Amino acid sequence: MRYILLICEDEKAAQASSPAEGEAMMGEYMKFGEEMTKRGVLKGGERLHPTSDATTVQVRDREVLTSDGPFAETKEQIGGFYLVDAKDLDEAIEIAAKIPGARFGTIEVRPIWEM
Amino acid sequence: MTGPAGSPTDSAGEVEAAVVAAFHSDWGRVVATLIRVTGDWDLAEECAQDAFARALERWPRDGVPRNPAAWLTTTARNRALDRLRRAATGAAKLEEVAVISGPDASGEGDDRGFDDSGVEDDRLRLIFTCCHPALSRDAQVALTLRTLAGLTTPEIARAFLVPESTMAQRLVRAKHKIRNAGIPYRVPPAYLLPERTGAVLAVLYLLFNEGYSATTGAELVRVGLCAEAIRLARTLAGLMPDEPEAIGLLALLLLTDARRAARVDDAGDLVPLEEQDRTRWDADSIAEGLDLLDAALRRREPGPYQVQAAIAACHAAAGEAGATDWVEIAALYRELVRMVPSPVVELNRAVAVGMADGAEAGLRLVDGLEESGALAGYHLLSATRADLLRRLGRRAEAAAAYRVALGLASTDAERRYLARRLSQSAESG
Repeated sequence: MRYILLICEDEKAAQASSPAEGEAMMGEYMKFGEEMTKRGVLKGGERLHPTSDATTVQVRDREVLTSDGPFAETKEQIGGFYLVDAKDLDEAIEIAAKIPGARFGTIEVRPIWEM
Repeated sequence: MTGPAGSPTDSAGEVEAAVVAAFHSDWGRVVATLIRVTGDWDLAEECAQDAFARALERWPRDGVPRNPAAWLTTTARNRALDRLRRAATGAAKLEEVAVISGPDASGEGDDRGFDDSGVEDDRLRLIFTCCHPALSRDAQVALTLRTLAGLTTPEIARAFLVPESTMAQRLVRAKHKIRNAGIPYRVPPAYLLPERTGAVLAVLYLLFNEGYSATTGAELVRVGLCAEAIRLARTLAGLMPDEPEAIGLLALLLLTDARRAARVDDAGDLVPLEEQDRTRWDADSIAEGLDLLDAALRRREPGPYQVQAAIAACHAAAGEAGATDWVEIAALYRELVRMVPSPVVELNRAVAVGMADGAEAGLRLVDGLEESGALAGYHLLSATRADLLRRLGRRAEAAAAYRVALGLASTDAERRYLARRLSQSAESG
């Protein structure tokens, strides 16, 4: 089954970290990516720019409404995601728990709606 | 709580009893096996229901089969096969269902040569799947009662005091999540087992407590939850003979349930432990509970359920309240606090210390708890303080604390008990 693992973190805390800390974190993510690729479960994944660079778009009465910022103000923001192919939810949970961000933030495990 | 719906004929009294007995012992097995082979929870439940209805028709005529579980599983499986065939779902599913039918797939209710190896595993699979941590505790409890114990949705709704539609929706959502999120139908591997077993034990304990807290006639449907919890705990202990905590839980439930008859008086009021007529305690349950606890403790892997069972055993062993070994109970609570730190357990420890080392010592612990603020608004904190003050002869303070407790208590039975204590402390002292 395919799952998307959404990495939700307090991006302000992440931005406040020192360059050395940021580099160490990057190294951990590289290691996680290599390990999961070798295991054959990783199907994709990206890091996202912070919500200060987000734009929301809505169409109402055929009019495009655009505004600055994320859809909703929340304590944690989506900072990145992985797409994985796991045997079942238990394996998806096990993979999610290995994401470095799980130690500070929250990983939301969502099954892909297969067509 | 009830058997399957049916219209027994007048001569069917004994047979009906056999069907009800089979329902209690085998419903979970039948559903568990059907879920494994069809992968469809609703179909499994419906076909199990059909099989029990069929038993009510056929057993009066053909006699109760030698192996009712096998008869019911075969009948339910054949029904599933029919339904899947008619619905013309995937050939793979059909093949899978046919596999367990063995060489003779045609005969309904044929229990000869039925291979039930793996059936025990199915029930364990079902328990662990119902109690998967990705499901909410409410959903875990509802699924366990529906699929393992065979309670109907209205029965579960009544037991948890929620509207039937709410409970129906809760069950539907939980089953959707199992399917859509890919919750595996299996016993977890060794590395997940301790955590997952804890969730299963917690669900059964919660079920029991829901039933045990019911005291009045209007809540009788909830009392049935105790019997279901004990039945399920017995099943679990049988399926996990190497898990002392599963055995400890069964011992705890039996030892606690043994006091049921003495726990409420004719007016429906709670009778505190020290005032209970101990001759009304169920000696068989106590004997079984004590044996189980011994067997669990011999494994030397203590856990919170074994410790709680040991505390219940101390009470059970005391022929009269005055003979209670409070020193031992206080020591056990200290152990329990270490294993599962919680302010409620601390409060129970304070009660035990108050009995073992005197009310003054108990009061010191209660004061500490009160200062921490962790139990603010909890009526039993005030009630405990009141009892300790009463024993110390501090009447005015005791009365004030009883009044606070009275204002916080949530059930009528508790309020009546506290009001009685309040008037006692005003009279005596």
